Amino acid sequence: MSEGRPGGACALVTGGSRGIGAAIARALAADGWPVAVNYLTGAAAAGELVAAIEADGGRAVALEADVTDPAAPAALLEAAEAALGGPVLLLVNNAGVRADGLAISLSDEDWRIVLDTNLASTFRLTRTALRAMIRARFGRVVNIASVVGPRANAGQANYAASKAAVIAFTKTAAVEVARRGVTINAVAPGLIATDMTVDIPEAFRDRVPAQRAGTPEEVAAAVAFLASDRAGYITGSTVYVDGGLSA
Amino acid sequence: MAEHTSEQIEKVITDSLISFGANAEDINRDAELSALDIDSLDLAELSQIIEEHFGVELTSGDVAEISTVGDAIDLVAERA
Repeated sequence: MSEGRPGGACALVTGGSRGIGAAIARALAADGWPVAVNYLTGAAAAGELVAAIEADGGRAVALEADVTDPAAPAALLEAAEAALGGPVLLLVNNAGVRADGLAISLSDEDWRIVLDTNLASTFRLTRTALRAMIRARFGRVVNIASVVGPRANAGQANYAASKAAVIAFTKTAAVEVARRGVTINAVAPGLIATDMTVDIPEAFRDRVPAQRAGTPEEVAAAVAFLASDRAGYITGSTVYVDGGLSA
Repeated sequence: MAEHTSEQIEKVITDSLISFGANAEDINRDAELSALDIDSLDLAELSQIIEEHFGVELTSGDVAEISTVGDAIDLVAERA
């Protein structure tokens, strides 16, 4: 059995100011992780989240950064460590965007922004964070994927490509570092009630076997489990949190 | 700069190889890293350790050139 989380280790959640990211940050803080909440535009929401975590007895800090900036990973990890007093040994790559359109009409910019945000940032942050993790002989990376990718969704070819690639990246990176006590897994949400899905037609819910949208907290629970010592033998996996949509 | 002696470099590299699982008695300048069961992940970690101790950044091209323990020591000594 692998050893548990080292004292002083902290977590970084990208895109953590709202929605699924905020729920993840809260769940990890509840499990005792000091949490760095990265945001790009949600400064007020990130500040409120940090205050809420601290009010509950946790530790958190809000860190602004554009994860598509190649310089962001090193800066974010250093800032998190400086603020929270320990290395980032749990990384949750949650930041993501959509720029929907049929493949026939997607612009290069629609393609670039989605692949950069959802995939390239996941790669760059993971690459940088793994340095401390392999030295610590402990690490957890949880990449937020999607049911879209493993399965088709018309109008989201760019998003699907990015999320399928996140799952592929997760698997290969996981086997590379498994023997250092580092796990890398993906969580693939289905229809989750957040700002990002408010424009999805009500009828779509009929396609979900559970007949309802999931909650950010239900996604966060899967992430918290994969981050825990109990999940030390799970790596390279994708956990679907989708009410049966992909079953 | 020559701030670090070759003995210091040899010690850091030897200690690192042992921490990766190599047998101490098998480690000498002529030992092939592959024969010590040192693989690419170990070398990536060794590069980090070298950078931290000696401020020497090794590229993946540099690392690919290293085949023996002596190669690693000489490469770092040259640049430290």
